[in-house]
Amino acid sequence: MLKFTIRRLLYAIPTLFGVTLVIFLLFNVAGGDPALNLAGRHSTAEQITQIRSELGLDLPLVQQYLKLVKQVLTFDWGTSWSSKSSVSTTITNGLGPSLTITLPAFLISLLISIPVALILAYKRNTYFDRVTLLFCLGLLSISSVVYVLVGQYLFTYRFPWFPISGWDPTRPWDYAALPILILITFTLGSDILFFRSVFLQELTQNYVRTARAKGVDEQQMLFRHVLKNALIPIVSLVTLQIPTLILGSLLVESYFSIPGVGGLIFHALQESDFPVIRAATTMAAIFYIFVQLAGDLLFALLDPKVRLNQ
Amino acid sequence: MKSWLLKCRRNRIASICLVVIFLYLAVAVLCEAGLAFSDFDISDNNIAYQAPSSIHWLGTDLFGRDVLARAAQGTTTSLLVGFLSAALALTIGTVLGAVAGYFGGLFDELIVWLYTTIDTIPYILLVVAFSFVLGPGIHTLCIVIGLTSWIGHCRVMRAEFMRQRSQEYVQSAEAVGASHLRRIFIHILPNTLHLILVDFSLIFVTAIKSEVILSYLGLGAKVGTPSWGLMISDAQVELSRSVWWGLTAASLFMFFLVLAVTLFNDSISQTLSNPNGLKD
Repeated sequence: MLKFTIRRLLYAIPTLFGVTLVIFLLFNVAGGDPALNLAGRHSTAEQITQIRSELGLDLPLVQQYLKLVKQVLTFDWGTSWSSKSSVSTTITNGLGPSLTITLPAFLISLLISIPVALILAYKRNTYFDRVTLLFCLGLLSISSVVYVLVGQYLFTYRFPWFPISGWDPTRPWDYAALPILILITFTLGSDILFFRSVFLQELTQNYVRTARAKGVDEQQMLFRHVLKNALIPIVSLVTLQIPTLILGSLLVESYFSIPGVGGLIFHALQESDFPVIRAATTMAAIFYIFVQLAGDLLFALLDPKVRLNQ
Repeated sequence: MKSWLLKCRRNRIASICLVVIFLYLAVAVLCEAGLAFSDFDISDNNIAYQAPSSIHWLGTDLFGRDVLARAAQGTTTSLLVGFLSAALALTIGTVLGAVAGYFGGLFDELIVWLYTTIDTIPYILLVVAFSFVLGPGIHTLCIVIGLTSWIGHCRVMRAEFMRQRSQEYVQSAEAVGASHLRRIFIHILPNTLHLILVDFSLIFVTAIKSEVILSYLGLGAKVGTPSWGLMISDAQVELSRSVWWGLTAASLFMFFLVLAVTLFNDSISQTLSNPNGLKD
């Protein structure tokens, strides 16, 4: 296990290098000239040179890259162009509101989709299964933007059950409820489809037949045997989604004016706020690497086959 | 190929979907040729935001333009974005996946490193970062979506080429002196066409949906282009005035296209993976 851990840790280093490189190429090399954006249309050549040196854009590329690596290591992303406050504090402050809406939405969607998918897989190819599948595909064929627009129109304007938008940390649920409901509709369809195919695969395994042959009761077979064996793909989906939970939802947060990370990124985009976008992208990627690392170690701990294969 | 077409014909859902997809293609072709819905850009401020009527079946927008015509014209934009993005993503994914899977070794490690790296950056942020760098517009949209959605396909192709390269037919090709390139593109590639087809529709759908989100974020097509994404983001303002037709038209047009492509994909992938056990 120790050997596996060390190897897996070492494996993260080239990925980390790759991520910083891609982000560097994207923003510093291909990204046009942010100094021109920042200075505005009526700027003199001197102003632009000054901004360029402030941003460190006049340095050789290698030095600029090293600066990015230093920013990654120290988590010091400089100051935001639009709000003039520290980028890392701005992003950390956004985590609370983001998680308030994404985490419940994620958990509720899991709690609904796992049992539904299990039943669908068990009753595969019946009328009930087909209609539900079609419904899920239908849910997925509507743009998420439409859910946000219609959700807000219906439940804040037509039926004013929820506040239109905004945020109040003292009573977050009033403002979070509708965004949570909308987020659930984003993921429910694809979650059910994914888990259904996972369970379908499990149901054709030999152990299911064995369990039936020795007379295990169907419900126990489904909820104890099949569910337990399907845990690995379920856990892997969960680890895949954790980084997106932290990022919040660009769409929902910007539309409902929730001061989360997603909303922040949205505003940064509107104002071409280069440091914020770059910091958020890099931090999300690095966080993702560590979540994957943790996930892999968890798998190795749960399933000896993973350890031995390496 | 012929027997495959026959199977598709026997599959009722797949054939209905195919008809729907061809209808969309026909609309796009007619629009491009200027034979139908050519009044999409005629504005008349006197008839702004008119509800659906016998003259304007789906009403008019802020500039008094016919919503139905704009939604129909948006088909061209969406199909274009879908096709070009999918073509770009599939080309990158197929070539890299083939090279990685076929040659293995250092090539494989480099390519795997490349896609794990890119995969680490959250999709939406990567798309946003790319379009931020390249600026808005339909062509950027295609490049951005193409450059960011090849990874899943590359993984699949890599695994398939690894499996195929040691098969007997490849060995016999080698024995008669076929070059590496010939073995990859002439011998193995045709055997992976079903995977390419399935991934094509997956990326196609992702691209059409991404267009809407990017338009909402202000990174989509240029304002004034008929596009479902722009129509949907315009609905932000429209809904507060109870103007529901623009949103409805664009969403319905998109709904049936996406649903048809997804269902078609589902049924052909079942047919292809299970050639003998076909029902219906």
